Amino acid sequence: MLQGWVIVVVSFAYLGLLFAIAYYADKRADQGRSVIANPYVYALSLAVYATAWTFYGSVGRAAADGVGFLPIYIGPTLMIALWWIVVRKMLRITKENRITSLADFIASRYGKSALLGGVVTVIVVIGIVPYISLQLKAISSTFTILLQYPDIVMPAKVGAMPLLQDTALWVALILAVFTILFGTRHLYSAEHHEGMVAAIAFESLVKLLAFLAVGVFVTFGIYDGFGDIFLRAAADPGLAPLLTPLEGVAGGYASWVWLTVLSMLAILFLPRQFQVAVIENTDEKHLAKAIWLFPLYMLAINLFVLPLAFGGRLHFPDGSVDADTFVLTLPMAERQELLALLVFIGGLSAATGMVIVETIALSTMVCNDLVMPVLLRLRALRLAERADLTGLLLGIRRWAIVLTLLLGYLYFRVAGEAYALVSIGLISFAAVAQFAPAALGGIFWKGGTRRGALAGLLAGFAVWFYTLLVPAFARSGWLPVSLLEEGPFGIALLKPLALFGLAGLDQITHAMLWSMLANVGAYVAVSLADTPSAEEHRQASLFVDVFRRLPEAGGARFWRGTASAQDLHNVLARFVGAEAADAAFRAYATRKHVHWPEQPLVADAEFVHYVETVLAGAIGASSARIMVGSAVKEEALTLEEVRQILDEASQVVIYSHRLEQKSRELERATAELRAANERLKELDRLKDDFLSTVTHELRTPLTSIRAFSEILNQDPRVDLAQRRKFLGIITKETERLTRLINQVLDLAKIESGRADWHVTDVDLREVVSDTLTAMGQVFQEKNIRVEVRLPESVPPVRADLDRLIQVMLNLLSNAVKFCDPADGRIEVALVAEDGWLRVDVCDNGPGVRPGDERIIFDKFAQAGDALTGKPQGSGLGLYISRHIVEYHGGRIWVRNRPGGGACFSFTLPAAPGVRAAAKAEAVHGEKESADR
Amino acid sequence: MAKKKVLIVDDEPNIVTALEYLLTMSGYEVAVAENGEEALAAVARAKPDLVLLDVMMPRLNGYEVCRRLRERPEWAGIKIVILSAKGREVDVSKGLSLGADLYVTKPFSNTELVARISALLGGA
Repeated sequence: MLQGWVIVVVSFAYLGLLFAIAYYADKRADQGRSVIANPYVYALSLAVYATAWTFYGSVGRAAADGVGFLPIYIGPTLMIALWWIVVRKMLRITKENRITSLADFIASRYGKSALLGGVVTVIVVIGIVPYISLQLKAISSTFTILLQYPDIVMPAKVGAMPLLQDTALWVALILAVFTILFGTRHLYSAEHHEGMVAAIAFESLVKLLAFLAVGVFVTFGIYDGFGDIFLRAAADPGLAPLLTPLEGVAGGYASWVWLTVLSMLAILFLPRQFQVAVIENTDEKHLAKAIWLFPLYMLAINLFVLPLAFGGRLHFPDGSVDADTFVLTLPMAERQELLALLVFIGGLSAATGMVIVETIALSTMVCNDLVMPVLLRLRALRLAERADLTGLLLGIRRWAIVLTLLLGYLYFRVAGEAYALVSIGLISFAAVAQFAPAALGGIFWKGGTRRGALAGLLAGFAVWFYTLLVPAFARSGWLPVSLLEEGPFGIALLKPLALFGLAGLDQITHAMLWSMLANVGAYVAVSLADTPSAEEHRQASLFVDVFRRLPEAGGARFWRGTASAQDLHNVLARFVGAEAADAAFRAYATRKHVHWPEQPLVADAEFVHYVETVLAGAIGASSARIMVGSAVKEEALTLEEVRQILDEASQVVIYSHRLEQKSRELERATAELRAANERLKELDRLKDDFLSTVTHELRTPLTSIRAFSEILNQDPRVDLAQRRKFLGIITKETERLTRLINQVLDLAKIESGRADWHVTDVDLREVVSDTLTAMGQVFQEKNIRVEVRLPESVPPVRADLDRLIQVMLNLLSNAVKFCDPADGRIEVALVAEDGWLRVDVCDNGPGVRPGDERIIFDKFAQAGDALTGKPQGSGLGLYISRHIVEYHGGRIWVRNRPGGGACFSFTLPAAPGVRAAAKAEAVHGEKESADR
Repeated sequence: MAKKKVLIVDDEPNIVTALEYLLTMSGYEVAVAENGEEALAAVARAKPDLVLLDVMMPRLNGYEVCRRLRERPEWAGIKIVILSAKGREVDVSKGLSLGADLYVTKPFSNTELVARISALLGGA
């Protein structure tokens, strides 16, 4: 039975588990073995995008609008494809400048403007509070519904409830404590919240699992699969219109486009998305995997939205159950206690994940970009003189968390009832979309200025406030409804829902259109009219050219002044603690090969910049600027000087590009020379080998000839039989010499291209049988059996008859040389196929050594060495044969036969004109030869 | 006095025929091996006084045979004559450094070869 205490205990146990995961991940990070440094955790942490709004609200929206819920998920999927361009740049900028939040990012870009950072923070707080309240609402109302199990009762209006009995308040407070435990254990915000990311990734798994579980249960448990649900929905007159894609959305195409654009921007600029995607990223390479993993997650969590929506409406036809609760109430209605509890935990995951990351991001912004710059400027507080401010910083962050959540609760209490879940979320989306022009313009357009950004943000925000928030207040009864119906002071043109007479659009489309127009217009117009300060100029260049700058140079080139290392140490120690300041100094000293603190550190421009960057990691860029400014005597650079430095830098870049190019060319030339040299050496070696081989081959027969000649000449005792034998040997060896000399001459002719070719129509059958006859004597002497397979007729080839005979004789004598000495067998076959003729000569010798199949056709490569250590023959025969075959347009190769022995084959093209006929004949010929 | 024994090691049958005839006619007892491995076996079996060694041979080449022969102290007395078609200076000095007593390039003069062998074997 699902009693109240069971739900509470399970919920706390789950939160405890999350905390354990976070604790473990933090421990691992301290040991340098990060669990979050992998692309899967990164992609899962991005799925913090799917909040309670996705978990419960998608189904609610789908129940009302059909596929109208989809743009919210199509947008991110489109956007993530652009991440390689956009987010990678943001990542690089963020890491180099140790940026701590979105507000810090924008403030930093526009000259480290504290005002801009403050404005962004305020907009974020106001814009995000409704979104946080949405999560509180989701947790508390699902909790209340679940308490009534097995009855399904919609929660009462919150306004009617006494404050201390309101679950939402308790949820808010518990989450505040939980977030403080999670997010403010370390001060240094540019570092990663490894524990938080690990917990968020885990929550993403849990909510997906819970949603899929209920989806599968409803689709296949209650109904009979997707087809069944959709068929029943189509049969229901109330549901059928939802099945037509664009009917479902008020405002049609325009609405779809704007919702898609809106969510494209939200996936980047929601504070929690910026936090997990940019600040918490550990490696740019993870983007590559996230680009497909994240859309996959989106697809999975949307798979069952429509079945659940239709299933819910079919199940509760009277409309007594809020569609936003179908995910929970469907399993409840079917008495599935455990599944209902799992759904509740899934929703809890979705909501807490969002709340934790969002409030941590917000608290960093509030502290670094809103409170600290103000406190530091209030001289009365004498903050700059206090020795240790780390406690103060943490305190501010903790209070910011509590206040954010209480604000969320307050909004829930006063305005939350006026809207469904989806509309509240969209209001927040529209608020953060206002950052897009300043942030995206800031990284791609150097012309954007501080005043431009400020004007754009304020204009966009004002329109957002007027067109989205004012109507929300009016509907909650805070403002007169007449404001919506008649416009302020009865001016119809200023009606918040139909500004300047633009009616007929849904509220979000209408608000986005006007706010973006105002925002981009003001940003561009003011930027163009404005002259940027030196500081702005420098930051613009640091951001836009982040991939083009020389490494190391960084922002240090833009500083001139005097400072002492001790002053810098004091400033740093005040905000990050003495230990961390020591560590930072040591790190810098190591980089500079200085033994600090025994040896002093020189407080030059680079060092001051380093300290400022480290400090920015704790308190944000604009506050860091102020603090470092108080510690050093800085001489302001004029705009002209900054321009000059930038020009010089770009000159250096151009020059170094040219140098690089030159050295690349040189390297290439060197490599080519080296290769040419190697080739020459190789040729030289080949020539040496050639000479040595030819010499050996010439001397061997000469030796015999001379020895026998001398014997015959000098020894009178030689009898007649011996004399005849010796003379026979002399003759044979002379022939051998002649053959070799002819081969060498042949080779020279063929290689130089001066060979004469007498091309005629040649019948290969004749070539084969003639050479076999010529070799008959040899076969007999060596007792070699020869098997021949010839077709009855083959098409002629255009070739030099004598050369082909040469090739054939060569292959045959090779075969004789290598075939089994005891039981020699040679098979010769002629095959005609497909316009080609092929001759195979196979022996039953040891075969060719694997890997040598090509080498043996090279000059002087002697297959002999592989087998016996001694070359057999000149090493020219196969090389010459290859030349001859290739000259005739054919190919020659060798392969070993499975049973042992080598098979040499060569092909020649059938004479043109007879090729077509040859085809038919070849088939015929094959048959004939098979019959033999 | 017993005939001196010469082992001919060469894989060219015609050259072997010539040498066999020549040395027999000059009064030597002759044994033949067709390759390096056979040569080592023949030395162990026939215990020749002199080995006529070709270099480019199947299995073990002449240099290797020469080296192995010189490794064994009991064969130290055997004279080795390398008879090779490789006539470059490096080839000759390599052969001699491996312990050959004489290096003769092919083609050779019969008279000269017989005279040198006879000199090496103490004028028998």
